[in-house]
Amino acid sequence: MNELKEKTYKRSHEPVFWGLFGAGGMLCAFITPVMILITGLLIPLGYINRSHFDYNNLHAFASTWYGALIILVLIALPLWHTFHRIFHGLHDLGIKRGRDWQRVLCYGFAFTVSVFIATLLFAMF
Amino acid sequence: MNKKTIVIDILRYRPEMDEKPFTQSFEVPYIEDTSILEALQYIKDHLDSTISFRWSCRMAICGSCGLMIDNIPKLGCKAFLRDYYPNKISLEPLANFPIERDLVVVMDDFMQKLESVKPYLIPGDNACMSSGEYQQTPLQMEKYKQFSMCINCGLCYAACPQYGLDNNFIGPAALALLARYDRDSRDAGSAQRMKILNQEEGVWGCTFVGYCSTVCPKKVDPAAAIQLLKVESSKDYLIGLFKPD
Ligand code: SF4
Ligand code: FES
Repeated sequence: MNELKEKTYKRSHEPVFWGLFGAGGMLCAFITPVMILITGLLIPLGYINRSHFDYNNLHAFASTWYGALIILVLIALPLWHTFHRIFHGLHDLGIKRGRDWQRVLCYGFAFTVSVFIATLLFAMF
Repeated sequence: MNKKTIVIDILRYRPEMDEKPFTQSFEVPYIEDTSILEALQYIKDHLDSTISFRWSCRMAICGSCGLMIDNIPKLGCKAFLRDYYPNKISLEPLANFPIERDLVVVMDDFMQKLESVKPYLIPGDNACMSSGEYQQTPLQMEKYKQFSMCINCGLCYAACPQYGLDNNFIGPAALALLARYDRDSRDAGSAQRMKILNQEEGVWGCTFVGYCSTVCPKKVDPAAAIQLLKVESSKDYLIGLFKPD
């Protein structure tokens, strides 16, 4: 039990995904309730004038560099958060088969959608 | 005369005669201040002397009496019949460990994990005897004191679903122990221990379930230790991108 052999340590790349997961979680916790409040309650109940959120206004917002950035962050980070959780959730459920494929599918999806959104936003300029 | 009794179900397993574990019920006198450990001692003294369980200090110091009480990892000497009366109580060996006999589990893997994190002060290069004793301010001590309170009872390993799924994970108590030395101002072993943390089975085996901290009888809060270490490991990852060793 006490044999002393030099152990080799292998660094995990988890910090990257954990970082995105943490940032996305933070956003979900702080921004989602505000967005639900605005789009789900304040606008339908008439407290905020609906015309502020019509197509032209939103399009104008999305065509500024900061607007595009905000939209990208708001979509991409929660997505990375969700798929990180799903990836670990699969492990928690005891689904051991194809961990590499699970990883590729989960993070691959988050990556693809992020790139897709970025391209869409870029195309609006 | 108090004639009240309480029923205790014990999961028994004697490897030389039982094919698999089975449950045996005992009825013991109910007294308000009887601990689960004392109830086990009553059973061994008066009802069935073949029953095996570990204990030593009877006061939540030695960490030997851990077991599952109604499926929750607890110290037998720190839980009392009154918390369960009049319901019956189920006692099982600590989850996630192999059973050695009755309520006794094999702790070898746990011990190995504790040893694997280099749990001792590693002096810096320039440390020499002639420079005298180390001095430490109360603030410096506060940084690691909580993580040094562990009694190695193993309850957190029985609680940890990640250790249950994959016992390559170093686990809560060993990582708290690592944090204890890492955060000590007298220690200079961070770089050596960082390699241990950075692995998949290091801090990254943890998904912050937090149950380890809930069951810990000494308020060590291993989950907090692991989250602190995750931040350290992430910083090291970033540095490693620019300065590979
Ligand atoms: S951290 Fe707490 S639960 Fe885990 S072994 Fe130490 S004292 Fe026991
Ligand atoms: S007998 Fe020592 S901790 Fe319970």
